[in-house]
Amino acid sequence: MERLIIKSDNIGTWLAKIIDSVPRVLAPVKDGDKAEFKSIKSADGVDYDSQTTISSVKAAAFPRTETLFAYEKEGMETKLYNVAEDNFVETVIWRARPCDAVGFKPLTSIFNWDYKDELYNQRYDKIAIVTFACTSADKCCFCTSVGGGPGNTEGSDIQVTMIDKEKTLVEVLTDKGEKLVALAKDLFTAAEDSIDKEKALADIPAKFTKEQIHENLAKAFDSPVWKAQSERCLGCGACAFVCPTCACFDIQEDAHGNHGRRVRCWDSCGFSLFTQHTSGHNPRPTQATRWRQRIMHKFSYMPDRLNVYGCTGCGRCSRACPVDMNIAEHLTSIANSSHE
Amino acid sequence: MSKLSEKTAALLSEGTVKLIIGYEQGTEHPRPAFCHTPEDCERLIFNDECKNNLGVYLTKKEIIGEDKIAVVGNYFVIKTVIQLNRENQINLDNLVLMTVDGDEVVTFSSIDEMQQYVDTHEPAPNEKVLAAIEKIDKMSREERWAYWKNALSTCVRCYACRAACPLCYCNRCIVEDNCPQWIEPWSAPLSNMEWQINRIMHMSGRCVGCGECAAACPLDLPIGILTKKMGIDIKQTFGGWKDGSVLSTYSIDDKENFIK
Repeated sequence: MERLIIKSDNIGTWLAKIIDSVPRVLAPVKDGDKAEFKSIKSADGVDYDSQTTISSVKAAAFPRTETLFAYEKEGMETKLYNVAEDNFVETVIWRARPCDAVGFKPLTSIFNWDYKDELYNQRYDKIAIVTFACTSADKCCFCTSVGGGPGNTEGSDIQVTMIDKEKTLVEVLTDKGEKLVALAKDLFTAAEDSIDKEKALADIPAKFTKEQIHENLAKAFDSPVWKAQSERCLGCGACAFVCPTCACFDIQEDAHGNHGRRVRCWDSCGFSLFTQHTSGHNPRPTQATRWRQRIMHKFSYMPDRLNVYGCTGCGRCSRACPVDMNIAEHLTSIANSSHE
Repeated sequence: MSKLSEKTAALLSEGTVKLIIGYEQGTEHPRPAFCHTPEDCERLIFNDECKNNLGVYLTKKEIIGEDKIAVVGNYFVIKTVIQLNRENQINLDNLVLMTVDGDEVVTFSSIDEMQQYVDTHEPAPNEKVLAAIEKIDKMSREERWAYWKNALSTCVRCYACRAACPLCYCNRCIVEDNCPQWIEPWSAPLSNMEWQINRIMHMSGRCVGCGECAAACPLDLPIGILTKKMGIDIKQTFGGWKDGSVLSTYSIDDKENFIK
């Protein structure tokens, strides 16, 4: 790993060089009060202030709607069309948060659990992530409780930390990161050892540990906690759709006579129809059982099966929830109670 | 202990109701609260920040069960109860409806009382929404089409607008029908628009105007404009909210004769 310094004023110049040579650069852009990742063509207008975007950046590798293949029937013949190569674009994700970068790890594990999902893999392989370490946090942030942190470099190709108004630390973490720095070599100098990254980072006290949650969940399947916590949940999919690690999808048919395409689109385990069988039976018939699934999947099933937790502590679900289902608050109460 | 907490705790300890739904302080704003014991009622609060339309829970059998419950709701919750009753979706015998007016805890004993409260406590209209409607009204048809296509293109179809609406209580929503598939269930500019058009049409003349659909939208899409505008148009064309559901009301005196 290489530690470099860039003048804070030169960050825009560096980004402009990246935009010039990379076909797709995604960065947070503000629309009204809220920021979202958008494809940018200029270094101006990037939002460096908001804590997180509303939606995670997972759509860069796992779009909300994508074609799996298209088909056409001609007499007895059926022609199949795979997704065109130019669908997979070299992408830089700029000013992601450490919790955004970390989110691709569980996503990649899910999409390679047994079947290797080539569409996801090809998109993800073309992504380079430039995270900006968090120098502040809001009430919904809890990355430090789930093993992350405001300066966590896991999953990042480059991490940028604003040390002060003049100086910005650039940690080059991978080959992909090196290529991005090489685009504007003369903007960087070597960082002195005295540069203290930790001092610049936000203070986010941990509320619990993920291991505590994992342990307590082993005994909590029949706990009354699920009904109590989920009473106000409306059963919408806002939490899952803004989540960086939620990967549930539906497969739909877009058929038009003798041609059509098969479509994959986001789905949510919070929806009552998600587990509805054709027979009418629903193994998760209540919101309490669906809420339990959400927590169990992220903090019990995923660590058991994939050796990775399904939560980055970004707090997006809590910010998006219309009835304030604050996940950190619910997890704290699970961590602090014994569900015998 | 506040008057509200005292009154509600008494309802539970006397055994009048099994559950009280009200508001408690949340992370940033008040949120829905469910009280099963008199002690739970200590958490209850009521102020202008209590925005959630608690009427949404009144059609959820898994939450309210078969027992009598009490709801401490805001203006729009009361309006919602009137509408749900009109649509035969709730049993008023099993509901104690309350609100807080100034310092007083008010308990309604009839629909007439609720109607009277609604008639005399209408909140000021949302100026931002009215200004947005005015702006869109001035657009040409093509500009309007472009505006909505763009505004709804980012919709992720999480259906928070549907989930937060107390009058979206269908067991099976049209968007989940697939024989035939009326609306494509994946997110795409045209189907996103079809979804909203359907939602608004089904709300016509029934919407109580609480704005919870827009408040629930995680992406802040301007969908509250649609319900509000529909409400204004319905009022001008068919009369006020009290005159019943536009889509399901038929009168022999209707001026249209295609149905006769």
